[in-house]
Amino acid sequence: MRASPHASLLIAAFLLLCAATAHASRIGDLADSPIWAQALRFFTFQDPSVRYALIGSMLLGVSCGLLGGFIVVRKMALMGDALSHAVLPGVALGFLWNMSKDPVAIFVGATLAGLLGTVLVGVIQQTTRLKEDTALGMVLASFFAVGICAVTMIQRLPTGNKSGIDKFLFGQAAAIGANDVTLMAVVTALAIGTVWVLYKEFLVTSFDPAFARVCGFPVKWLHHALMLLLAFAVVIALQAVGVVLVSAMLITPAAAAYLLTDRLHRMLLLAAAFGLGAGATGCFFSFLGNNLPTGPCMVLGATAVFALAFLFGPRHGVFAKWWRRRSQSGRVGRENTLKALYHVLESRDFKGEGVSLRELAERRHMTVEASSREVQALRRNQLATLTEDGNMVHLTPEGWTRACVIVRNHRLWELYLTNEAHIASDHVHEDAEKIEHVLGEETVLQLERRLESPTKDPHGRPIPSLADLRRGAAVDRRDELVGYGRRI
Amino acid sequence: MGFLVAAACGLVGNYLILRRMALVGDAISHSVLPGMAIAFLLTGSRGSVAMFLGALAAGVVTTVIIETIHKRTRVKQDSAIGIAFTSLFALGVVLINIFAAKVDLDQECVLYGEIAFIPLEPIVSVAGFPLGPPTVLRMAVVAAVTVSLVLVFYKELLVSSFDSGLAVSLGINATLVHYALMSWLSVVVVSAFESVGAILVIAMLILPGATASLLACRLPLVHGLAVIHAALSSVLGMHLATWLNCSVAGAMVVAATGLFTLAWVFGPERGLSRRWLRTTANEPESGAPPAAASR
Repeated sequence: MRASPHASLLIAAFLLLCAATAHASRIGDLADSPIWAQALRFFTFQDPSVRYALIGSMLLGVSCGLLGGFIVVRKMALMGDALSHAVLPGVALGFLWNMSKDPVAIFVGATLAGLLGTVLVGVIQQTTRLKEDTALGMVLASFFAVGICAVTMIQRLPTGNKSGIDKFLFGQAAAIGANDVTLMAVVTALAIGTVWVLYKEFLVTSFDPAFARVCGFPVKWLHHALMLLLAFAVVIALQAVGVVLVSAMLITPAAAAYLLTDRLHRMLLLAAAFGLGAGATGCFFSFLGNNLPTGPCMVLGATAVFALAFLFGPRHGVFAKWWRRRSQSGRVGRENTLKALYHVLESRDFKGEGVSLRELAERRHMTVEASSREVQALRRNQLATLTEDGNMVHLTPEGWTRACVIVRNHRLWELYLTNEAHIASDHVHEDAEKIEHVLGEETVLQLERRLESPTKDPHGRPIPSLADLRRGAAVDRRDELVGYGRRI
Repeated sequence: MGFLVAAACGLVGNYLILRRMALVGDAISHSVLPGMAIAFLLTGSRGSVAMFLGALAAGVVTTVIIETIHKRTRVKQDSAIGIAFTSLFALGVVLINIFAAKVDLDQECVLYGEIAFIPLEPIVSVAGFPLGPPTVLRMAVVAAVTVSLVLVFYKELLVSSFDSGLAVSLGINATLVHYALMSWLSVVVVSAFESVGAILVIAMLILPGATASLLACRLPLVHGLAVIHAALSSVLGMHLATWLNCSVAGAMVVAATGLFTLAWVFGPERGLSRRWLRTTANEPESGAPPAAASR
């Protein structure tokens, strides 16, 4: 249905009169104007159908996101999928009730079918040895098949062809009318209200059903209540997203939120916000392009949010993890170089000028080039300096302190293992090698107190004391310290 | 045709049920769509080879995405499946709508074929001359290859499905078997696509195996029963479809569901009625006649 601007005005006027019967196959098909004009029209909300579609999409995004949070943490994500497919026969039955797209009849029929589906999944699981996924898949497929049969039968009826019931499969935001928006608002309010009132109960039953039962919560009833709300949300989302993709609106925003936070209430808020955003962007893009269906656009919007959270999430994101690992391994590498420099200095009793690259390379059992690279890394972090000819390494005060800290950690830990844990002194090195990088200041002080301020490690080498550490930091007394270099 | 689809799907589906991956089949059946769309866009033809390769790639990509999300984040497998297939499916629908609407990619077949408006025609015409249409021949080849694959790699599939640890210790590459199964699943799904539609494929994957596993314990017997179930449901489905004047694929699944319900209620060992009979027989005061149970 491609119309000229004039015709689109007529359509808009017509929609004002009876918005519930709006029948453009896509929102974007209402007009054939350039993109910027379309965007302008979208943001000025001239067309009631756009307004309804946008409000409807946002409402369904909120309710689906909110409830989706629970099914994601309960590991029931595919229950949403099964539920959304299982409502189809209910939709067809609701349609057959009085042969029209009466929102209430369809709503009741779909909810009943969805609930029947969830109950059947439970029954199949309890009475046969089939697993949950098989039961879900069977209910999903068989309900959907019944629905398909019913829908095709309706469409072959003389009146059924114009019914628009096939739009429930892929959704059609353009067909959302005032009645539908009211229904959506009621359901969203109901969902938010229930979650608000029963937040504690839902929280406990989602994470620890056994504990909830001990607390005296009606776990079964809470489960059914959640299923009921879920069925409501799925049914209102059908109009815009369609049966096939509703589960995405349940799962994807919630999963994205799950990646970003650890607290359930924050996760629910985020999920609702993501759902809202996905609904709005999906609506917008499907309005822009003139051949884009709304439901898939919304789903892709939600997927984009998930992808961003997956890649750039501050704590669990792939990028953040990679960055942490990288900076961690960089730090460990630098600390190992510092330690080697310390050992070289120690081996000649902290006498002489700096450390040559050759000495360092021998100590680390690597080539001169490799050790030169390591020293460059130290230099970048202002832990050491190199002489002009690039041969002698001098630690900066900061570098000296860090080297002392690492060696101190290492030797204290070795001593702790031999004295307190009674491990043979020739077995403790490996362990200390790992833990020296992660011991915090607190722990080290505790260790020192516990070992009564030791001066020698189990191999008889001196443990750098706190005074040694400070000596590095005190720049004016630098001259007293032999070895870490005077020329900075 | 219906029988071929159901038999091939049923055999593969058995393993999905055993591996508790029934819903991965669902996921793959949805996500082959963008693969087919991209294959069409690249080659510009509806040749079955390009479509096959596209679908195969999409199937493998789905499996990889699911594994990645599942392993690299704390999102659980079920959510990962849900995210992967809905995203890919949405992508496919959008791709088709943007690029392929004007050209002759059979949108009906790929998109609405799944709503089962179209499936009636190929199947009905098939009933007239069984060896005619290329889709039937293709499905026959796929079904035959499925049977022979199951026969040849029976041991590998069996061991890796029940005990992947044992499989590895026997020198079977469980990961390879997993991906091979998934790839073959995509092939079966895409060839079944045209006749039953993406969503009903999952019914064909799960129902025969589920029914058979209610009736038997040994895997060979389960395979046999699954094939019989496929045959029965396709014949019954055809009759049901002509009787009710509705989609054939839908009717086939309804018939398959009916058979499952029969097995569930009247199964010889673990059926509901037999169970009920046992419990009533064990109760001392009840003298319920057996006839009442089998009504």
